[in-house]
Amino acid sequence: MYFESLNAFWNMAGHGPYVWSCYGLFFALMGINLWQAQSQKMKALKQVKAFARRNP
Amino acid sequence: MTQSTWRMPLWFYQMGSPKWFYDIGGKLQPWLAVAAFGLLASGAIWGLAFAPADYQQGNSFRIMYVHVPAAILSQSIFLGMAIAGAIGLIWKMKVAFMVARSCIAIGATFTLIALVTGAIWGKPTWGAYWVWDARLTSTLVLFFLYTGVMALNQAITDLQTAGKATAILSIVGTINIPVIKYSVEWWNTLHQSSSFTLTAKPSMPAEMYLPLLLTVLGSYFLFGLLVIVRTRSQILQTQVGASWLMQHQDITGGP
Repeated sequence: MYFESLNAFWNMAGHGPYVWSCYGLFFALMGINLWQAQSQKMKALKQVKAFARRNP
Repeated sequence: MTQSTWRMPLWFYQMGSPKWFYDIGGKLQPWLAVAAFGLLASGAIWGLAFAPADYQQGNSFRIMYVHVPAAILSQSIFLGMAIAGAIGLIWKMKVAFMVARSCIAIGATFTLIALVTGAIWGKPTWGAYWVWDARLTSTLVLFFLYTGVMALNQAITDLQTAGKATAILSIVGTINIPVIKYSVEWWNTLHQSSSFTLTAKPSMPAEMYLPLLLTVLGSYFLFGLLVIVRTRSQILQTQVGASWLMQHQDITGGP
């Protein structure tokens, strides 16, 4: 590890807030995108299955 | 007059078939998910905790490992969207329009990430969150193009018409891509010129460069995964009643 302690890793010599907020944003928005895509797919799958049950 | 017998390779036409795309996409999904997660996680951890600090920018340069992939993907996805749209127009492939439609939200997200992480990085480096520099401004224009494409795509109810209109707007919008790419050379910008490409020898040491390579590749795999999931949803929505789908294991098997 580049940093000497966990505290230094968190603080990053004053740049911590900038760095961590960027990583947080990246992974949060990617997570939301994945969740949205997945829930959309589950919804579509449910609709097709319902159609299949109505029209056997 | 004789018809030309020249054809695109078979797989090209097969990908235009909803059934083919649905099945191949379904098989690719888990591999793309594993590759995306593995590459992004290892690249981020390496970049955050193990890469040495930059001698000028200190630790703020670690933002690069999320900013650069987001910026690269924001442009690649726009190009991909325009190419998919063009394929839809030329070969009248519905699946290509679906792929283009799937690109919009993902591309807009990456552009937003590039803009916001760039602004946050600007504060400790330039002393300002935003400057009206050519690179920043052209990237903001890219974000507006994505929102325009999205609005147009959602405003038209008929999917074919929406696909065509979206394709034309995306193709025209690609003019902005070389502007973004060469903005740092054409104008005297505050934004630094590119120090990373996938094809040339890197201008930074390997322990700084390799984590970036991982997050860039991971982002491409994540994009691939998202496009496939979203396109398969559209295939499900539009193919209701098609015999291949009604007999598909995803529909007949399980709850």
